[in-house]
Amino acid sequence: MSTAADIAQAAPRLAVSALGTDALLFESLAPLSHEAQERILMVADQASQWRGVEEAVPGMNNLMLIFDSTQVSSAEMQSRVQQAWLSPVHVRRKAREFELPVVYGGERGLDLEHVAAHNGISMADVIELHSSAIYTVYFLGAHPGFAYLGGLDARLHTPRRAQPRLKVPAGSVSIGGAQAGVQAQTLPSGWNLIGHTDRRFFDPASATPALLAPGDIVRFRAVKALP
Amino acid sequence: MIEILSTGGLTTVQDAGRRGYRRFGVGIGGPLDSLAATIGNLMLGNDPEAAFLEVVIFPLKLRLRQAARIAVTGSDAQVEVDGQRFPPWWSVPVQPGQVVTLRAPANGGVAYVCVSGGIDVPPMLGSRSTDLKAGFGGFHGRTLRKGDVLDVLPGMHAHGSRRFGVLPPCAGLPMPREGDGNASSATIVRVLPAAQWDCFSEAVRNEFLAATWQITPDSNRIGLRLSGPEIKPVQGMELLSHGIIPGVIQIPPHGQPIVMQCDAQTAGGYPKLATVIAADMWRLAQTPIGGKLRFQCVDMEEALAANRQVRDYVARVQRAMELLY
Repeated sequence: MSTAADIAQAAPRLAVSALGTDALLFESLAPLSHEAQERILMVADQASQWRGVEEAVPGMNNLMLIFDSTQVSSAEMQSRVQQAWLSPVHVRRKAREFELPVVYGGERGLDLEHVAAHNGISMADVIELHSSAIYTVYFLGAHPGFAYLGGLDARLHTPRRAQPRLKVPAGSVSIGGAQAGVQAQTLPSGWNLIGHTDRRFFDPASATPALLAPGDIVRFRAVKALP
Repeated sequence: MIEILSTGGLTTVQDAGRRGYRRFGVGIGGPLDSLAATIGNLMLGNDPEAAFLEVVIFPLKLRLRQAARIAVTGSDAQVEVDGQRFPPWWSVPVQPGQVVTLRAPANGGVAYVCVSGGIDVPPMLGSRSTDLKAGFGGFHGRTLRKGDVLDVLPGMHAHGSRRFGVLPPCAGLPMPREGDGNASSATIVRVLPAAQWDCFSEAVRNEFLAATWQITPDSNRIGLRLSGPEIKPVQGMELLSHGIIPGVIQIPPHGQPIVMQCDAQTAGGYPKLATVIAADMWRLAQTPIGGKLRFQCVDMEEALAANRQVRDYVARVQRAMELLY
């Protein structure tokens, strides 16, 4: 059984910086990992309940806290986060699993060939590697409903395009460096497009507007055509 | 009801903003100049949550189909009701059928048309603000066009003939002082250092603070893109994506800063040099495309004091309005 001291010892240090007067950014100094990200999500859940906190927003290995500086001080927020970081409260809900059908390549997967060429593998390999991995939702951000997925096979890592495309349709399955994702809105993007799915990732009429939540598990399944 | 007769382009329905949904990737939206919008609602005795029109591109022409009181705040846009001019930062009654025209401001930025009761659009995720990125909220999730007809919620103070103005923030708030004593036409905005401040050499930071920056035409509600000397970190860096807020000054690889605005992405990964303090965001919103900016670095204490000055100004207007309504 691990003691509180063990947990505290296992916790990497946090770097803190200000984003103006009413926001702080906490960044883990240890490399990105599932465990570290779990800790970030737990602290975010905890912090969002505190008085004076407007929102706790998890990022990739980091946490942004937005608070009301007329109610609580930056110093108080820093010490509370550091404390929660050392002994997080384990109340994460169970991860849900999603399987997303994907048509790879074609007009909606313009960079499939580029991703293959960049990594010196075949397009069939790209499809095989991408659809056999198990992904974890690290956090949602950038645009409404967009999930940053961890778990991309290293043989598929491909840098973002130097020149972003101005209009990437919602549902585009993409790779940005070491991250995987699915475009949730039709917007500009510099990520490499390898296919598309027809799932809707964002519904503003719902109180929980995003399909995916941090911690969820995502798999892609290659299909010839979407129903 | 309000009928849009013509618009210069970027006119949207906004309210105080959509908070608490960043973790779904949804930004706060709301007004670029939240101080002006707050004062506009106060001048009508409106709820602070009431929705209004934000006008970024002029002119705007609209017709009231009902009696209402309006307040126009923000820039020094010229306002006419059926051809009769009245000053900006005024609250006036408008009769059914009268036409309200906003012409381009001489030296300002965005303007707000607030109406007694507020614009009646269905709240989405707790706000009436338009999210142009995801196409929801506001009026059908889009900018307003000629022919659109907006409902107005019943207002407590729609009637009454009183006309009055308030002292705008540029007169009611102290200006940031010029460090070098030189007067310049540039808007001065104060910044706090952000996470990567120390990743830029002292010489580069000094250049950032000494330069006069120009706001380029590809600026929008997502970000103000600036042109000036090349600002680059000591060495190139890859950051993991993290939350950002309006006011954050990002330095993309080409070295020209972007000041994030209210429709900014909720997460970003460019180096962050500094953050414009909340108390000066209205100064940014009131500097037009092509206008000049200078940055002044302050410490946390000074930034909090500037916040207090803004709160005191709002409280003074609020007290005056409580006597009126």
